[in-house]
Amino acid sequence: MLKVDGISTFYGHIRALNHVSLDVNDGEIVTLIGANGAGKTTLLNTISGMLHPKNGDVVFDSKKISRMRAEQIVRLGMSHVPERRQVFGSLTVLENLTLGAYCRVSRDGWKAIYQDIEKVFGLFAILEKRKEQLAGTLSGGEQQMLAVARGLMAKPKLMLLDEPSLGLAPLIVQEIFRIITELRKSGTTILLVEQNARAALRVADRGYVLENGHVVMSGKAAELTADEQLQKAYLGGRSNGKG
Amino acid sequence: MPSSEQLAQLILSGITQGSIYALIALGFVTIYNVTGVINFSQGEFAVIGAFVAITLSQKVLLWHGQMTASLEWPLPVAALIGVAAAVLIGVLLYRLGIQPSRNASPLSQIVVTIGASIALRGLVLLAWGTDPYRLTPFTEGPPFDLMGAILTRQSVWVMGLTVVFVVSLFLFFKYTLIGKALRASSANPGAARLMGINPQWMGLIAFALSAGLSALAGIVVAPVTFMTFDRGLMLSLKGFVAMIMGGLTDPVGAVVGGLILGVVESLAAGLISSGYRDAFTFAILVVVLLVRLGGFIKGRKGEALERAGL
Repeated sequence: MLKVDGISTFYGHIRALNHVSLDVNDGEIVTLIGANGAGKTTLLNTISGMLHPKNGDVVFDSKKISRMRAEQIVRLGMSHVPERRQVFGSLTVLENLTLGAYCRVSRDGWKAIYQDIEKVFGLFAILEKRKEQLAGTLSGGEQQMLAVARGLMAKPKLMLLDEPSLGLAPLIVQEIFRIITELRKSGTTILLVEQNARAALRVADRGYVLENGHVVMSGKAAELTADEQLQKAYLGGRSNGKG
Repeated sequence: MPSSEQLAQLILSGITQGSIYALIALGFVTIYNVTGVINFSQGEFAVIGAFVAITLSQKVLLWHGQMTASLEWPLPVAALIGVAAAVLIGVLLYRLGIQPSRNASPLSQIVVTIGASIALRGLVLLAWGTDPYRLTPFTEGPPFDLMGAILTRQSVWVMGLTVVFVVSLFLFFKYTLIGKALRASSANPGAARLMGINPQWMGLIAFALSAGLSALAGIVVAPVTFMTFDRGLMLSLKGFVAMIMGGLTDPVGAVVGGLILGVVESLAAGLISSGYRDAFTFAILVVVLLVRLGGFIKGRKGEALERAGL
């Protein structure tokens, strides 16, 4: 579904990504793990068209998208839930969700969109209670759910999730990961960026480890979890096998 | 001590004039919120809208008297075309001036709009000369008497239409998809792009909308005060002051700011001297900039102004 082929992305003269390649197949959850500044967010931004790579290609659904702009790429069925939620704080929850379907209004019509809003409320009950509230007044966890829900409103084939558990209480993190597994059941392919590597590897099929803009390791989630080096670096060094 | 009739009169004419500032300030806020640009050609849109409407609806000499326009079309048609002309110029300004310079600093883009306003003023001067023009009032008839003050029919039109325009604009922003997209784009441009909202398209709509709004303001006020080629500059500055009074990004604040500005000006002119009219406006500007960087309405401190590079 998604093929990233040797991309390098620069901020001015600084190389943030160096010849990165990865694949995401239909129906998979793939996670990207790595320390702060390893280039995870840059990679997602390059895939979704917020940044453009200097070399290399991004191919989505057998279409080359590395030169396309973000607002065009979302129309192809890729939804990027950005880091730090980025909900529209001065708009209501309902308005945020409606705008999530902005790219579908002319294609699918309002009726389908209202039905999807109801479906999303089924997944995130708290948002229905808050639907007339301004998004900026929600708690961090609620905003994160709104950000994911807004991303779902585009009916994506592929979802890019950037640090959905960042800064949230453990219980809410659990809830977020529950939703991620539920999304996969409904057939959404997910590329998940997480600092919480342990939790991410638990839900993912495969993973890639990014370090200083390089992919240094990749493989099945179970293999990565078992890898000693990786455990030391990202999983807190515990090797009791329970995770 | 002025009589209460005199005060009422001054306040009424202040509100009439302030309505126009409010509309122009709303144009400023719309463009600023969506594109981050403070558009100093806002007042020129009002002048162009008014001149086009005047030319189409009554007899006017053009190009130094080399051409006479005597179309005498009905006013609504003329007004509509006046608005359309301003919208077209707004769109061209965005496409040719703002969009190509979108990676430049906000200050450079402001300079682009100042340049455009000088150019537009020059064009208006070429076409219509220096003569003042006045649009015929929308309806004939004797003025109303309100608490001893005289309220002309055109003043009623100005206030009434201002209310209609402001309410429509708010409904547009609140209930239409484009309106919501514009608000999203100003709340978080990056996230808006991820929703598929094209920021260039939003910028274009903001410029078109603001130009149209200013043109409407120019047309409704043209029967009250004479329109001259150089009125745009003052209208821009007054609208800008009203916008700052309202806190730069707040449309409600801009409307309130415009009305307060109109009333203060009118009181200053009536009670002190008409020579001080503009002096008061700019005294207000200085005071607001120095004392309450967040504007009158909300307690937000200068964050918005910092973003504008002011």
